[in-house]
Amino acid sequence: MSRPEDTLPPDLFYNDSESRKYTTSSRIQNVQVEMTNRALELLSLPSPSLVLDIGCGSGLSGEILSSVPPSDGGPHIWVGMDISASMLDIALQRDVEGDLLLADIGQGVPFRAGTFDAAISISAVQWLCNAESSDTSPQARLTRFFNGLYASLRRGGKAVCQFYPKNEAQRDMVSAAAIKAGFGAGLLEDGAATKNAKVYLVLSVGGGAIEGVVE
Amino acid sequence: MKILTVNFLTCAVKACKTSSLSFPLHFKDAELEQSDIEYNASFLRNILPRIDWEAFKITANELGFTTVPSEKPTISAPTTDLSTPDIVNTTSHTEVSHDKVMRDLHTLLLETEVREGKMVCGNCGHEYRIKEGIANFLLPSHLG
Ligand SMILES: [Zn+2]
Repeated sequence: MSRPEDTLPPDLFYNDSESRKYTTSSRIQNVQVEMTNRALELLSLPSPSLVLDIGCGSGLSGEILSSVPPSDGGPHIWVGMDISASMLDIALQRDVEGDLLLADIGQGVPFRAGTFDAAISISAVQWLCNAESSDTSPQARLTRFFNGLYASLRRGGKAVCQFYPKNEAQRDMVSAAAIKAGFGAGLLEDGAATKNAKVYLVLSVGGGAIEGVVE
Repeated sequence: MKILTVNFLTCAVKACKTSSLSFPLHFKDAELEQSDIEYNASFLRNILPRIDWEAFKITANELGFTTVPSEKPTISAPTTDLSTPDIVNTTSHTEVSHDKVMRDLHTLLLETEVREGKMVCGNCGHEYRIKEGIANFLLPSHLG
């Protein structure tokens, strides 16, 4: 299977029929729910928070954020960013509670400093690694994104980005960009060395060791 | 687009990052809609210190809401458990009015949404379209 980000930029790849395929495939949905829950566990938000969902797609992760019960520190209020209009259209049809922004995270994060308690990103950050035009590079897009994300989080805020690095070099390039932006960072790999391996980049603003993450 | 979110959005144009005119974005031709979101006192207490009150007043005014308090309400400690009859009976007037202020804030910040319209940057003039509640922040490549 070819990787979608190797063929087309995400706004073209997730056209209407691909978007529908993505949200109706229950296997993909289950994997996404599982990864969202894992990311939430890593964030361990103690009380109802304002959360940014980076690459929110059709709002699957957002629905989970909205339905975290008070006993688990929820529900959270979220804002989602996605570059695919057809994915956001499905989110609209599903009547999700969060606010939706059609935006390219490689152009930055258009929120004032210290806005969010936390950020979550499921299977989106690897898209930054393919620069689709001559006037921008993966490096520049990663830098814009992580600088913007860092500024938009409050002191003590956290972010968890699950992503699919193509290889070790790409994994390192993404982590290095996050650290350069100022984040305390750790990489966590679930199911390492299996074909279902999941990589989580766990980021914190304002130092301190990240619990449960071995570097 | 919730009014809450508008209180945190800035112009995405790089050159506007350092301009105080780029926040808040200003509304043009806004159509509003009310939605239902469960009242969440602890979320409000969490977010209230981060609300830019002056910007909130500007936004509310542009959308035709004139009842926003001139000063940000102070946050009371989460003490009163209103489910206990005892406490309800002894709840003072100020607590009742504080609760009303917080519920009004909830309605305005979280349940009032801009469905259609534009947000305009006061510095560069860039217009961000809102369609069916989704704001378009994609920039043409010369601005991005
Ligand atoms: Zn501007």
